Amino acid sequence: MTTNALQLEDVRKSFGNTAIIRGVNLAIPKGERHAIIGPNGAGKSTLFNLISGRFPMSSGSIKLNGEETGGLKPFQINRKGLSRSFQITNIFHNLSVFENVRCAVLWSLGYRYSFWHRLDSLKDTKLRAEEVIDSIGLGHLRARPAGLLTYAEQRALEIGITIAGGADVILLDEPTAGMSRSETANVVELIRRVTAGKTLVMVEHDMGVVFGLADRISVLVYGEVIATDTPEAIRANPAVQEAYLGGLHKDGPEDGHA
Amino acid sequence: MSLLNGVSYGLLLFMLSSGLTLIFSMMGVLNFAHASFYMVGAYVAYSIGLKVGFFPALFVAPVVVGLLGALVERYGLRTVHRWGHVAELLFTFGLAYLIEESVKVVWGLAAVPYRVPEALNGPLFTLYSTSFPKLRGFMMLVALLMLFAVWLLLKRTRIGLVIQAALTHPHTAEALGHNVPRVFMLVFGGGCALAGLAGVIGGVAFITEPSMAASVGPIVFVVAVVGGMGSLAGAFLASLLIGVMQTFAIALDWSLAGMLGSIGVAVTESTPLYSLWKLQISQVAPVLPYLLLVLMLIFRPKGLLGTRAD
Amino acid sequence: MAATLRYRPLNLARWVIWGTTALIMAVLPIFFTQGFAITLMSQMGVAIIFTLSYNMLLGQSGMLSFGHAVYSGLGAYFAVHALNMASKGQLWVPVSLLPLVGGLAGAVFGVLFGYVTTKRAGTTFAMITLGIGELVFSCSLMFPDFFGGEGGVTTNRVFGKPFLGVTFGPAVQVYYLIAFWCLVSMALMYAWAHTPLGRMANAVRDNPERAEFVGYDTQKVRWYTLIISAFFAGIAGALGVINFEIVTAENVSAVRSGGVLLAAFIGGVGFFFGPIIGACVFVYFVVALSDHTKAWLLYLGMFFMLMVMFAPGGIASLIMMQVQLVARQRFGRIWRHYLAAGASSLLVLAAVILTVEMTYKVSVDSSGGTLMKLFGVEFDAAAAGPWAVAIGLWIVGGWLFNVTRKRVSQVYGEIQAEFQQGRP
Repeated sequence: MTTNALQLEDVRKSFGNTAIIRGVNLAIPKGERHAIIGPNGAGKSTLFNLISGRFPMSSGSIKLNGEETGGLKPFQINRKGLSRSFQITNIFHNLSVFENVRCAVLWSLGYRYSFWHRLDSLKDTKLRAEEVIDSIGLGHLRARPAGLLTYAEQRALEIGITIAGGADVILLDEPTAGMSRSETANVVELIRRVTAGKTLVMVEHDMGVVFGLADRISVLVYGEVIATDTPEAIRANPAVQEAYLGGLHKDGPEDGHA
Repeated sequence: MSLLNGVSYGLLLFMLSSGLTLIFSMMGVLNFAHASFYMVGAYVAYSIGLKVGFFPALFVAPVVVGLLGALVERYGLRTVHRWGHVAELLFTFGLAYLIEESVKVVWGLAAVPYRVPEALNGPLFTLYSTSFPKLRGFMMLVALLMLFAVWLLLKRTRIGLVIQAALTHPHTAEALGHNVPRVFMLVFGGGCALAGLAGVIGGVAFITEPSMAASVGPIVFVVAVVGGMGSLAGAFLASLLIGVMQTFAIALDWSLAGMLGSIGVAVTESTPLYSLWKLQISQVAPVLPYLLLVLMLIFRPKGLLGTRAD
Repeated sequence: MAATLRYRPLNLARWVIWGTTALIMAVLPIFFTQGFAITLMSQMGVAIIFTLSYNMLLGQSGMLSFGHAVYSGLGAYFAVHALNMASKGQLWVPVSLLPLVGGLAGAVFGVLFGYVTTKRAGTTFAMITLGIGELVFSCSLMFPDFFGGEGGVTTNRVFGKPFLGVTFGPAVQVYYLIAFWCLVSMALMYAWAHTPLGRMANAVRDNPERAEFVGYDTQKVRWYTLIISAFFAGIAGALGVINFEIVTAENVSAVRSGGVLLAAFIGGVGFFFGPIIGACVFVYFVVALSDHTKAWLLYLGMFFMLMVMFAPGGIASLIMMQVQLVARQRFGRIWRHYLAAGASSLLVLAAVILTVEMTYKVSVDSSGGTLMKLFGVEFDAAAAGPWAVAIGLWIVGGWLFNVTRKRVSQVYGEIQAEFQQGRP
């Protein structure tokens, strides 16, 4: 049996007396595109925070490519091959777009805490950064300070930073939040392109995006996964329909906004 | 007796640190100039006292200092507020310099003869051979009264309720229609008034000179941080702890060399690090609060009873 | 892959800037020959290194430290002892290499204290640095053997045989030594900002959480940055020893830590050259202004406060704003208003100086009578006349300044609006 990219076993998290995650089991094989959906407050972002090491679990086990990651710090988990984006854009606002992406590739190219390499003479970082910037379509804004980008551009940069380090498990937290129709379509295309061959786990509210991208979907309600299945099966699942209360229609993904 | 001295010193520290804690809890501003307002209180009380005597000055000086604080908040701090907490910190940092220099310009570089009034001179009671001065007792009385008054204000009045709400949820309080900026001005002014009150008494108990802010300022910070930023009870605890610790430490003449000597280990000039061994606790006393601060910040940045770690 | 020769205009600009700086530093003593001027420039050189090292923490990495003098001061103490040992023949350290001793000492303490302080960030970090600063300062009085007690430790920088005629006795020779180390340090600190560590320090400043999520341990980034910063602070400390031939507890005091913070902030923490400007302004206030008036620290404090309230980006940001206007040919519209506002602010400044100096004379300095001299004009500070003049200046200057300031704001706002709309 091949190791799954991400394996969650009975993961629980409580803040004080409030249990947010109440025993989540997930097995995501390598290369799968997996979406996590659910009503607001279900704990989707918390789950991401647990997987990426932002918060410690109360109990349970999370394995990344077979290795236990519980208790590791975010940078340690990142170095093992997992990278995530944030729901609220988290970029280096005083640095240019190019510098943002370059910072994201430095560790993966082995430069660590070097203070003896001249950044501008490091061709490999330049090449990789240019590659990523072109793939997210921000080549023409290379020199602009990230804080001055439009919202959609910042979200694209956010994704760029996430994939730049070459991680093979990518977590995207509501990548299309707050976007118009056309912007969403662009981002979906971007995601499909840059995560080819990688394992993708994303939290999304936009059902169109979910059904268009995902191989499998998990539905998280009140901290528990009530169903994990292919998109069609999820759509037909009565328990899911009840939980979402009309968020899913039989007619097709275009109408499906939660 | 040392214990009582320590407690009275601790209560003075509490008068100072309570204002600091209130201002920090409410506004997130660490007021570097807090000890400067303490100093202004002492000087103003001295000048007023020259005309009308100590006891009227006791009531008037804190009001003057409080007004000064409110003005500073309204015309200075509020402008800086939009640049963030670091800018506010730097503002109060510069303010401390400004106040100290202004005091020098107005009152001079030397200490002013701010004297204990006759009514408070002399011993309150005598225990064995040591006497406890009336002044110290008065200090404790004022501190406790102040503590009680602040508690009353916060817990029992309407404005106190608003302050408590704005303490943790300033935006909600504002959304509910309370004039939060005015409340901020009140709290800042009030905190400074408390510092001024401490100054009125501290000025007579200790020496009134331009460097008095710098000598007590850092200790007040230590108290506020050790007690836990945002907790009045914590500030109270930490004030007493540090007040007692300092008073005892200064009185103790033990040293590591002495202790080793008493168990038969000789430590002489030729022993390496001799200057370390022969240090008496009384000499180490100034360092103790900062040691406590550093240790606390490493292991428990929230402080003893704090609610905010930043 | 064939190597292509690419002409990089940026490289040329870089050499021009650094070359000009070096040239100016080399040539200054020829124009300013008085002993006082030489000492002033030497002190500025040392302050530049110290303030730049501080800005590695504040401006580059977002670390507000209230205890930076610890590193320069301890570096100075180690340097002074090394120098004393060298003149007794116990240790081989030429004066010209003494800064390395200071730098090394600074770096070692950077490792020690840095490990403890960088465990936390933000306000907590600031408080720990304050605590450690006070701790070291208190220790300095407890260990007189090393710290020299109240009188400090003195030394003599002239010993042994002169090297190529250089003894470092005359002040101008010390100046050139300081200028050399200043240039080297500036270049190194500038280069550091363009290394992976330097850039990640920027990233950690902007968004420490994000930095963790691209694989960096933010504590290590801060710690290593602090060690390097402490190294340069130690160099500054050692150069101070060479210049003054004495180290006292004041070198590790909160006053000195506060001073470098003031200097960096006034100059502008957002630009590399900001602290350089700040250091020069600060030294001017402390050394030169203090000869003219006893209230110099008050003026410095007021200046700092005005900066915090109205120009938190410092002098450097003000300069860069004007550079932007010049580059986009808008400066012509606004310089007249600047002039008007500047002239009225001079009136306000006159009012301030008059008031402060007279108050000082009347309340503190009246032992010799109340006659005083200001800008060559003699008058009696206790008379009503000068006070009337002061009040007049306040009213007229204040009103004029208010009017001209509003005009400047208005025109500047119009220009900014044009930029927002994307006009060239």
